[in-house]
Amino acid sequence: MTANTASKNKEKAVGKSRATNARPGADNVHGVTLVEAINLALRRALSDDPDVVVLGEDIGINGGVFRATLGLREAFGYKRVIDTPLAEALIAGISVGMASQGMRPVAEIQFMGFINATVEQMLCHAGRLRNRTRGRLSCPMVLRAPFGGGIHAPEHHSESTEAMFAHMPGLRVVIPSSPTRAYGLLLSAIRNPDPVVFLEPKRIYRMVRQQVVDDGQGLPLDTCFTLREGTDLTLVSWGAMVHETLLAAKQLEEIGVAAEVIDVATISPLDMDTIRRSVEKTGRCVVIQEAPRSFGVGSEISARIAEEALLYLRAPVQRVAGYDTPMPYPGNESLYMPSVADIVDAATATLENA
Amino acid sequence: MFDVLDQTPGKLGFIDAHGKLVNELPDGVSIDWLQQSYQHMVRIRQLDKKAVALQRTGQMHTYPSCLGQEAIGTGIGMAMQDADVLVPYYRDQATQVLRGVSMQQILQVWGGDERGNLFEGAAVKDFPNCVPIGTQMSHAAGIAAAMKSRGVKQAVVANCGDGATSRGDVYEALNLVGVWQLPMVAVINNNQWAISVPRGLQTATATLAEKALAVGIDSIQIDGNDVVAVFQAVRNALTRARSGKGGTLIEAVSYRLSDHTTADDATRYREASEVSQAWEYDPVKRLQTYLHELGQWTPAQEQSLLAEVKQSIDKAVADYLNTAPQAADDFMAYVFAAMPQPLQAQRERLLARLERDNAAGGNCDDS
Ligand SMILES: Cc1ncc(C[n+]2csc(CCOP(=O)(O)OP(=O)(O)O)c2C)c(N)n1
Repeated sequence: MTANTASKNKEKAVGKSRATNARPGADNVHGVTLVEAINLALRRALSDDPDVVVLGEDIGINGGVFRATLGLREAFGYKRVIDTPLAEALIAGISVGMASQGMRPVAEIQFMGFINATVEQMLCHAGRLRNRTRGRLSCPMVLRAPFGGGIHAPEHHSESTEAMFAHMPGLRVVIPSSPTRAYGLLLSAIRNPDPVVFLEPKRIYRMVRQQVVDDGQGLPLDTCFTLREGTDLTLVSWGAMVHETLLAAKQLEEIGVAAEVIDVATISPLDMDTIRRSVEKTGRCVVIQEAPRSFGVGSEISARIAEEALLYLRAPVQRVAGYDTPMPYPGNESLYMPSVADIVDAATATLENA
Repeated sequence: MFDVLDQTPGKLGFIDAHGKLVNELPDGVSIDWLQQSYQHMVRIRQLDKKAVALQRTGQMHTYPSCLGQEAIGTGIGMAMQDADVLVPYYRDQATQVLRGVSMQQILQVWGGDERGNLFEGAAVKDFPNCVPIGTQMSHAAGIAAAMKSRGVKQAVVANCGDGATSRGDVYEALNLVGVWQLPMVAVINNNQWAISVPRGLQTATATLAEKALAVGIDSIQIDGNDVVAVFQAVRNALTRARSGKGGTLIEAVSYRLSDHTTADDATRYREASEVSQAWEYDPVKRLQTYLHELGQWTPAQEQSLLAEVKQSIDKAVADYLNTAPQAADDFMAYVFAAMPQPLQAQRERLLARLERDNAAGGNCDDS
């Protein structure tokens, strides 16, 4: 992934940009990693808006187990950067409460495997507070969690359950796939008046460095980013899998295939316009996800293509995905995760259809 | 300063931090029993050390050390009967080995191989260790409910950490133990830290044992570095549980002498002086001192124990490292009792993918 990604939807600012003093963030001279970009965005949000608080397990003195909150407590103090007791349902629940009073809690769940206790709060409350109070109360909270496999973490640490939240009305589900998008999307998520589940692909937390301009500019939510233009087929992905997808596009290029690559970024609500326009142009589509194959975001995208662009298709939409099994213990995790070759295979199979 | 429970009057303890006997040893605790317990604690400490070394040399994945907590696991294991059921969390290596889980299996689990959960013998109905915090406590309550409903004289031991007590799951399970008078013994391994969060930021109560007051069950706070105290408390609680008198919450006060896991760096949040002070309460050393002063443990015995332990651990490590990998489709084989057709189709997809990768020189190994 490179910083100057060709983008139809230019990564333009939507957030309010307030003049602030440059703050020493991560070392940005040589670029920052995705997790450092998260840290920069949190710093920026905390200093821009006194209503922003960051909370979660081990996020204070320890700076988070992945160091996403490194140094924030020193910079902003205990009241803004809060270590909570070990209780995820509580973390989500108090965030709903704080948000209803005009604060902007940004809560961290240590690993997405432990987000399940928040489901009741997110489904029954965060996602519908505005609706059930006819707009009287709102819930401008962000629930952040690292997700996905590939780092040899113990059991329950490597699942991709993004579809679970995407299926919940009233929530936005946002997934960055690069440092610049992590920075811009997180700022917009924090400034968004509704609850956002912000999922961070931990496998690529430290995979690449990019120059991130810490200018407080957000990136638009609810829109896909076209990372690479092409005419022969459309590859749609999000999160860490964008990395394999771009590599696959490169390999396809070597055999003369021009693949368009779309990073969905906000998986819910889904920007179907960008995907549909691309499929109308290319006539072929492969959706790549690390999550189990069935009933996921890829299934939704495929269904929407069938509804909205079927007559443009020259081949059935393919899904490259994990399996409908629990993520194996780390010894076998690479068997589970889609590879570049899987994407290339699916793409060539698609192209073989007349 | 951390919580230290060193035979405060009214609390349960037998051998203090200096290896001195402060209360008469309970029934059943003979010299032989003490020697066995000591040997087991040494075995587990060495296994633990080896596991950390394996992780550091890239031969194992993240591992949660039980350094400093050997007395809790050993005391529990010594008190349980075969027919009881253990519902462990991830720091219960000492109890699991006493229940018949092999050291190789302990390594396998943390080496990322599900076959480490193929327990036999006494452990055959035990749960695998639980990674999501506190969620296992309700399973234990359910197991206890099954035992009670079947009228069998068995009990469950379920363990969790101090941080786990902040979760609703733990409270909900204990509440049911009280309401339904379930034969469950819940042991809180109070090692005083939940990763970087000290006990004092986790809960405002003076003890964790007193959480039992809110749910109407018995409880006791004990010295978790005294293997005799752990044994005695758990044995009493199990006897009560098996005879229909309901559950007990035991808070075993100890200290996590290691990093939280091999992925953690405790120096970021914890004073070195605190840790070195905590070493003075070392459960292994105190028992050694006590036995030594009784003339029941000599340097020669220590030497031969270490040699024997080294040999058995080396064998476990060799077996672990030499185990043939699981079949590639193993992770699909146990999802359902019978593989449904759609999963069968995915299995074929996986096998085709492997064939392709093998033909291309193989790119699937990640261990
Ligand atoms: C539900 C859940 N949340 C977070 C985690 C990550 N995590 C693993 S261990 C741990 C601390 C647990 O502390 P404690 O219960 O005191 O047990 P200890 O590890 O200290 O023995 C945390 C936060 C987890 N495993 N499960």
